[in-house]
Amino acid sequence: MENIYLAIPLSALFGSILAGLFGRQLGRMLSHTVTILGVALACVLSLVVFNHIVLDGNTYNGAVYTWAVIEGIQFEIGFLIDNLTAMMMVVVTFVSLMVHIYTIAYMHDDPGYQRFFSYISLFTFSMLMLVMSNNFLQLFFGWEAVGLVSYLLIGFWFKKDTAIFANMKAFLVNRVGDFGFLLGIAAIYVHFGTLDYVEVFKQVPNLLDVTVTVIPGEEWSLMTLIAILLFIGAMGKSAQVPLHVWLPDSMEGPTPISALIHAATMVTAGIFMVSRMSPIFEVSDTALSVVMIIGAITAFFMGLIGIIQNDIKRVVAYSTLSQLGYMTVALGASAYSAGLFHLMTHAFFKALLFLAAGSVIIAMHHEQDIRKMGGLKKYMPITYWTSLIGSLALIGFPGFAGFFSKDSIVESVHASNLAGAEFAYWMVLLGVFVTAFYSFRMFFLVFHGKERMDEHTRSHLKESPLTVTIPLIALAIPSVIAGYFIDPIVVGDFFKGVVFVDPAHTAIAELKEGYHGVFSFMLHGIMAPPFWLAMSGLGLAWYIYLKNDALAHFAYNKFRWMHTILDKKYGMDSFNQVVFAGGAIALGKLLWRVGDRFLIDGLIVNGSAKAVGFFSGILRRIQTGYMYHYAFSMILGVLVILTWFIFGSKG
Amino acid sequence: MTETIMSDISRALPEIFLLVAAFSVLLLDLFLSKSMKIVTFLLAQLSLLTTAWLVYNRMGVESIATSATVNNVESVQYALAFSNMYIKDALSDLLKIAMLLIGSAGFIYTRQYLRDRNMFSGEYYALVLFAILGMMIMVSANSMLLIYLGLELLSLSMYALVALQRNNGRASEAAMKYFVLGAIASGMLLYGMSIIYGLSGHLDLTGIAEYVKSSGMTKAGSFDLGLLLGLSFILVGLGFKLGVAPFHMWIPDVYDGAPTAVTQLIGTIPKLAAFGMVFRLLVEGLGDMQTSWQQILILLAVLSLAIGNIIAIAQTNLKRMLAYSTIAHMGFVAMGILAGSNMGYSATLFYTIVYALTALGGFAVIMMLSRKGYEADQLSDLKGLSQRHPWMAFMMMIILFSMAGVPPTVGFYAKMMVIQSVVDANLAWLAVYAVILSVVGAYYYLRAIKIMYFDKADTETTQAETGHKIGLDSHILLSANGLSLLALGIMPGALMATCVAVINVTMK
Repeated sequence: MENIYLAIPLSALFGSILAGLFGRQLGRMLSHTVTILGVALACVLSLVVFNHIVLDGNTYNGAVYTWAVIEGIQFEIGFLIDNLTAMMMVVVTFVSLMVHIYTIAYMHDDPGYQRFFSYISLFTFSMLMLVMSNNFLQLFFGWEAVGLVSYLLIGFWFKKDTAIFANMKAFLVNRVGDFGFLLGIAAIYVHFGTLDYVEVFKQVPNLLDVTVTVIPGEEWSLMTLIAILLFIGAMGKSAQVPLHVWLPDSMEGPTPISALIHAATMVTAGIFMVSRMSPIFEVSDTALSVVMIIGAITAFFMGLIGIIQNDIKRVVAYSTLSQLGYMTVALGASAYSAGLFHLMTHAFFKALLFLAAGSVIIAMHHEQDIRKMGGLKKYMPITYWTSLIGSLALIGFPGFAGFFSKDSIVESVHASNLAGAEFAYWMVLLGVFVTAFYSFRMFFLVFHGKERMDEHTRSHLKESPLTVTIPLIALAIPSVIAGYFIDPIVVGDFFKGVVFVDPAHTAIAELKEGYHGVFSFMLHGIMAPPFWLAMSGLGLAWYIYLKNDALAHFAYNKFRWMHTILDKKYGMDSFNQVVFAGGAIALGKLLWRVGDRFLIDGLIVNGSAKAVGFFSGILRRIQTGYMYHYAFSMILGVLVILTWFIFGSKG
Repeated sequence: MTETIMSDISRALPEIFLLVAAFSVLLLDLFLSKSMKIVTFLLAQLSLLTTAWLVYNRMGVESIATSATVNNVESVQYALAFSNMYIKDALSDLLKIAMLLIGSAGFIYTRQYLRDRNMFSGEYYALVLFAILGMMIMVSANSMLLIYLGLELLSLSMYALVALQRNNGRASEAAMKYFVLGAIASGMLLYGMSIIYGLSGHLDLTGIAEYVKSSGMTKAGSFDLGLLLGLSFILVGLGFKLGVAPFHMWIPDVYDGAPTAVTQLIGTIPKLAAFGMVFRLLVEGLGDMQTSWQQILILLAVLSLAIGNIIAIAQTNLKRMLAYSTIAHMGFVAMGILAGSNMGYSATLFYTIVYALTALGGFAVIMMLSRKGYEADQLSDLKGLSQRHPWMAFMMMIILFSMAGVPPTVGFYAKMMVIQSVVDANLAWLAVYAVILSVVGAYYYLRAIKIMYFDKADTETTQAETGHKIGLDSHILLSANGLSLLALGIMPGALMATCVAVINVTMK
């Protein structure tokens, strides 16, 4: 099995190297063939692993290569394969494979075709290294590698100013998160003396009462500190408030990327990481509360912004933010299984929605404004139906995947007894309404109603090619049926021994108690408030955007202040831009003038360079070329050594 | 009796084979016409590879358990031969294989260069084979006599090699300097050895080690002038062979004056042999005098790092620059040894092997750029290399990065391990000093890279170069050489583990 584990990431890497370094020689056709074959192989092998691990009940934890041993601490590349890893591997490789196929059509006319394939395969490799890791070092490697690929891909069209701005922003914001993450890892390294997951988790009970002093006079619990630092990393990668600002801008990248990286896989790395670290988070109620509150804020307030967006991709992006908030809330409520379950279902239906949006964008000749669409249903039936499935899954319509995962999250938050759970519950509940509203607002504006595009575009409207529609259909299937795995995953023993839940945190236990099979869950769901909130959101969207659009104008005029707040995204972007970016630039200029130009350049660098150059010029004169000088220097050396021994070492 | 002789011969078989092979090459060459000299080349190449195979094949195998000289203590794995004068252990095996393989690579690199300069002849190959034989003896010596014998065989071959182009004034001058200074150093080494012999009555290192132990040199405050006197002169000889300041003066002139093919040889394999010799004499023979020689090595390392790195900055000649860089690198080697721990020795062994590999590639690039009647040994010859030969420029960049110690090349890891061992020996100030001078040293390596990548090539250079073909074999070898530096830098584990294991086994 070890060879298979190794083959999975490496086959993706292999494709990436071939397409990246030899893309020009291979040509388009061969480039996409090798990368797709690599990822397809990874996907098939992941299914084999899934079968071996999950169905046959094995786990694997072992090192592949020892990179270095420093003071007895091993830095290794190793794999920890259990149910969680196996699930992530299947999700990552499957979505990645779909996106690879989809890309053939989407990027068809792009001059950077091979580069694109190389990047997405590289991403797949990095993401797999991240989820398969058995230690913090490799986790961090994967973490940074996916960040790097994300940066490269957001700025894929590197001649577009907005794209460059967006990738810079993503990179910088993630740096903030990664800094916290790295500090967390460092704290673990210092206090645990190892970076291996299992070793660390084993020691957690011994370090419960340890406190550290970061600010003099303030004693903090070590475990809380570590958990929060790690969560800061997750906030960056999984785009939680206030580090969420990069994700909407990342939509400047090509759509397949938005589907793969900024919806289905990379942004869920934070969720994955927190679940993996559950033994650390579980011992700190403070950290869990922080996680839950941050998640709740993200879930609700980011959803609100989605309502007023007009760019088709940005609507989906804000919806992603909001859904990531849901997953985070679940983590905070110790309902890891519910969060991970939502991660999986979300990966399928959100990738589907993005790819469908991409399909619309292709048909509309890269027009992304939903106000200029409408009535696309009759031109693009497959896109229409798959989008409908995706949207229903997203709003949590009973029977669809999102229903099961989102409902279990709402239920478990309801059952949670941590500080802030009440607040979180109301946020996620109201979020359900908001989700339904913006999802169907977009859906109706795009596919129903008047055809608002210009004549030229209308005459060219047609369904996208097979390479686009096949992934859509392939993703639509799990968007419907994945929900029925609620039985094993959330209430069953799927994550037993993988995630650790403190018996005092009863959210999932209560959920299990009230669970009596899929259908009673559905029945119960129909009678619960989330369903009615979703339905009223849907209905309201239908009424406003299809029946009576005067209401929209009325609300717009009446609540203009609110629209402005949402349009400005609560002012966070402007705040960052002025305070952090502006402040950093001003500080940088100051340091540059005083520190760099005067002190370092003037005195230290040029000064010492001049000094060294001066000595160099003098010293080289020693090398006279005369042999007797050389011999003399040797004799001198003998004398010095003898003198040293006779007079020096005596005393 | 015959059994002893047979087992002795079997242990030294690689050396014996190489000796016979060298004679055969010399003899056969007489009967070959000028156009057939390729046979000499192939034969010499075959000799090296066969010898390497012989060493490899016998590695760790000690089949002659009946022999009385085999030490049966479990953890000790070595075999003595020829009345305890010759030792075959893990260290000697590793060094020999490294020397032979690098020698063989050197043959491939130098073929075209030698042809262009009418040096493609039996003398060259026979001399190189003899030099390598001398070095194999040096690292396998368990007696001062044998060390000296090997050293002289190496040195005499080298003097002749430097002067191989008799009509070249600069080469002859270099050879003359090398010879006279080398003779002084040899004399001093011999003098030191004779003092030690006079005191201890032993020529073999084991006996000397016992004597030193019994003399109480390890105890604090003890003082044995005789031994210190002997040690001083031995240190001078070793310092000369390593090329550490202030016994480094020959290096720039010889590197510069000798044909680049010979410079490449001097710059690579003898460093391995010198490490072996230092290890045998200082660690195995005079190990108990560590506190004494540590002080001197610190002095030598400090001087070498300063002189090597600082003077290199003022050089415009690439070969001279690399010569000063060698001095600085040998300062690092001295640092690793003076740490006096197994970790330090392993790090030094690793460092030396890596340095030999790096220097091999560096000189190879000079040779590949040189053509008939023109030596590309000036820094300005690198101008615009990235446009003329992008791949070669990339390889040279890796080589220079590795010399400067920039991650992820292996040079970084090698330097780090040495510095780590020095820190462990409570000499943090020396580590800081070494790092600072490495930063100074980084300047001239980076300048060379800057010249390759950012300066435009002269039109004359480009024109003169058209029609100059570089052999495919050199190209492939250079790629392997450069990429191996990168690969070893990312995954140093295997080689480092080998070095650690070898030193641990050798140190009992």
